[in-house]
Amino acid sequence: MPFETLVAGSLAYVALMFGVAFAADRAAARGRAGWLDHPLIYTLSLSVYCSAWTFYGAVGYASRSGLEFATIYLGPTIVFTGAWWGLRRLVRIARMHHVTSVADLISARFGKSNRLAALITLIAVIAATPYVALQLQSVSLSFEVFATDAPRAAVIGGPAGGTALWVAAGLALFAIIFGTRNLAADERHHGVVTAIALEAVVKLLAFLAVGVFVVWGLAEGPVDMLDRVARAGRDPAVAEGWLLRPDRWTALIVVSGAAILTLPRMFQVMVVEASDEDRLRVAGWAFPAYLFAMSFFVLPIAVMGQELLPDANPDLYVLTLPADAGQNLLAFLVFLGGFSAATSMVVVSAIALATMISNHWLVPAWLALRRRPGGEDADRDLRGLILNARRLAIVAVLGAGWVYHQASGGSVALASMGLVAFTGMAQVLPAMLGGLLWRGANRRGAFAGVGLGSGLWLALIFLPSVGIGQMPLLPGGIDPLAFAIFLSLSLNTLAFVGLSIFGFPDPVERLQGLSFVSAVEPVRPRSPARAEDRAEPLLAMARRVWGPDEALRFFRAEAAAQGKSGYLPDPTPDFLTRLERRLAGAIGAATAHAMIDRVAGGVALTVADLMQVASEARRAKEETRRLESARAELARTAGQLREANDKLTALSVQKDAFLGQISHELRTPMTSIRAFSDIMKTPDLSEAERRNFAGIIHQEAGRLTRLLDDLLDLSVLESGQARLSVSAVNLHDLIGRAVQAASATRPERSFTLDRDMPSEHLGVITDADRLLQVLINVVTNARKYCDAERPVLTIRVHRRAGGGAVIEIADNGRGIDRARQSLIFEKFSRLNDPARAGGAGLGLAICREIMTVLGGDIAYLPGQGGAAFRIVLPPHPAAAGRSVGTAGSP
Amino acid sequence: MLDILMIEDEPNIAEAVRFILTRDGWAMTLHGDGEGGVEAIRLARPRLVILDLMLPNRSGAEILRDLRADPDTAFAMTPVLMLTARGDAAAGTSQADAVLAKPFANEDLRALVRRMLA
Repeated sequence: MPFETLVAGSLAYVALMFGVAFAADRAAARGRAGWLDHPLIYTLSLSVYCSAWTFYGAVGYASRSGLEFATIYLGPTIVFTGAWWGLRRLVRIARMHHVTSVADLISARFGKSNRLAALITLIAVIAATPYVALQLQSVSLSFEVFATDAPRAAVIGGPAGGTALWVAAGLALFAIIFGTRNLAADERHHGVVTAIALEAVVKLLAFLAVGVFVVWGLAEGPVDMLDRVARAGRDPAVAEGWLLRPDRWTALIVVSGAAILTLPRMFQVMVVEASDEDRLRVAGWAFPAYLFAMSFFVLPIAVMGQELLPDANPDLYVLTLPADAGQNLLAFLVFLGGFSAATSMVVVSAIALATMISNHWLVPAWLALRRRPGGEDADRDLRGLILNARRLAIVAVLGAGWVYHQASGGSVALASMGLVAFTGMAQVLPAMLGGLLWRGANRRGAFAGVGLGSGLWLALIFLPSVGIGQMPLLPGGIDPLAFAIFLSLSLNTLAFVGLSIFGFPDPVERLQGLSFVSAVEPVRPRSPARAEDRAEPLLAMARRVWGPDEALRFFRAEAAAQGKSGYLPDPTPDFLTRLERRLAGAIGAATAHAMIDRVAGGVALTVADLMQVASEARRAKEETRRLESARAELARTAGQLREANDKLTALSVQKDAFLGQISHELRTPMTSIRAFSDIMKTPDLSEAERRNFAGIIHQEAGRLTRLLDDLLDLSVLESGQARLSVSAVNLHDLIGRAVQAASATRPERSFTLDRDMPSEHLGVITDADRLLQVLINVVTNARKYCDAERPVLTIRVHRRAGGGAVIEIADNGRGIDRARQSLIFEKFSRLNDPARAGGAGLGLAICREIMTVLGGDIAYLPGQGGAAFRIVLPPHPAAAGRSVGTAGSP
Repeated sequence: MLDILMIEDEPNIAEAVRFILTRDGWAMTLHGDGEGGVEAIRLARPRLVILDLMLPNRSGAEILRDLRADPDTAFAMTPVLMLTARGDAAAGTSQADAVLAKPFANEDLRALVRRMLA
């Protein structure tokens, strides 16, 4: 076929496509889209699945690997026939949430995470670039078959930069014109869809025509054809490739089933372009039928190609078989079919990817950049920005495809790049299915799953496919591709499920999860008809938030600014925005937004608003929790204060009791002294009486002095200001002096002393006078209180482990009652003691204070027969600090 | 009939009071402990009880309360002179007929007893 004819025919076909797209858009714009909405158009648009890879590549695939090509059709067929209810649900939820792409779906489900959407966009772009390159290559290859004079059978792919560039540029133009006409992505692209439907018809007819030509033109009917297929199967060289590999089959069916859901272009035509889920009723059987028709003649064409053109590129058998047989018209039809397959895939992919790139990369980045300095740009109209971002993205996607095509030299086998793209996008499937079916799925799980799966895909499948690294070599003949698919998908799923189980979704996610899994749509409130009817409730609401005066002032000012009298302004967008901003200052942005929407009624309360309210409610809850903990803190402080107060009160009571006791102890001897000194004035006293009374006065005066000494001593010891004069002391000498001093008490009683003299010769470093004071006190007490008939005082001294000494002094009297043992070291404990002997009851209290100052201890030893005390001494005062108990002794 | 029973644990004070009041002609006995105080009063049936507030084993306040609570009303109303060595207006003295703070002037004691026994 002459080059000019080919170009002219192609251009005419392209013009037809532009015309159809244009007409469909016009019809839709005029509201006469009735026939455009037919489910068959929708079904045909789904055939964008059959790219040039399927059109040309399936035959090449079949000639290399036999029936395995069928897996690429089986996956979608199983999904469409077996899971039609799931597809309907997917479409319903996606339309409910105004989802624009597969990335948008996943991010909306998992708490509107744009980072997740950006990650999925990245995977989609990486996977799609070689795939787009592949389409460009198929067009330029098929173009070369016609455009050169070289023998057709010898045409092997070569770089055809010119053709590919022209094709890329034309497709970019088409996608921009018909793909970025309107902004809201859920408004559909009628022109594109209709053109694709027409192309679907062309490619199906072309393929069927080649099939018929091969079976009835080249072979002699079906029987002969089957015979040839059977013969080819017996050829050992071919048979090895045709062997059915269960691992590959399973993996490829899974991956192609996933791809029909996750490939950006499939999501675009199946979900975004669907007006409602009912189209799937027809598509559920019609699309599998289309796929069946497209695959019916693949094997016969492959076998015939191998037979007739053994040296040619199997990927081009569809074209070269009729061309070789001189069927130029049929060959041209095939060329148009391949062209259709390639262009429809590229256009839809470009539109879908551009939506993702602009929504998840460019616009967020632009907003983040612009928001920083002022923030006044936030409410600017973003329409132009977004449309231009999409146009830029379309050019970028096609440019990248062309660059890749040039760089790879057009030498890549058609089939492999398609599979690479499939396996990449399949990594989104676990998060998608989990998000739709499982409320517990959360963002961290989705991130981990998609991240891990796509990382493995990059390392094990994508990079080896572009010549970086290689697929792992596995023992036992396990297929590396199947292995990589199963490994990446199962680790992906494991990470997704694991992190979802062990993490908690935040409230926004939880509500989105509920909305997705149970497919409930928020109710749209009706909007009141007249403007006044809408302004009145706004005022009521504002009153509730600000109080009546301020609300009325604001509304009156707004009405005046609109040139209206009274206090009810028209609810213009400007006014609503100002009102919302003012309200936000009081009740938070999301709540204000939600309230205004509900009251003004212009816009429905969206799920997103509810989400925002929920997250503000959560903040409020956190605030409450914070307050609560502050209150608990306060209560704790109050408790501590109360405790301190109780302690002070108790101390005060103790102090009062102490003062009362001191008063008693002082007044008692003073009473005697005063009474007897009065009596002494009596003139007729006998000499004996006078001497007796003077003795009493003397005795009571001495008691008074001792009491004051003890009190002074105690106060010095307790205040911690007692000065120690430390020296080395022999305990034997000290005990001797104590016994000597105590013998003045009740001298009429003769005590037997039981001492172990040798063991008493023990040196300690301490304050000798203070220790002597303690010893005298204890021995004197024994002399005072021991009521045994033959009183015996036993004194024992032990060396203490780690230095120091232990002195035990015991008598053989009745001892001290158990109840009183804990009281004897308290001040004035002597009170109430019937067997008193003139002391103030401060002796043992002073002993305890002294021992504490010396770093030792004094304690009562129960169960020794009589009263027994243990005095513990450290090697020197500083060695043990101020609190060594008997527990420290052996 | 016995004029005065004194309940006082401090022997020197008891001795001084006994010396002063016996010289005024009053018949007087002593009890040296809080324990058994009410029984001692019941046994002696004095016209006046001189009661120390701080006694070992049983305080003067308790003895006074028991005395006033006795079913024998004539006995329960036995006049009581309370001696106290506590600086404050000691609790437990409200049911006493008179209170004398230690130390006291002998003249005050004699005048008080004279008036109470008149």
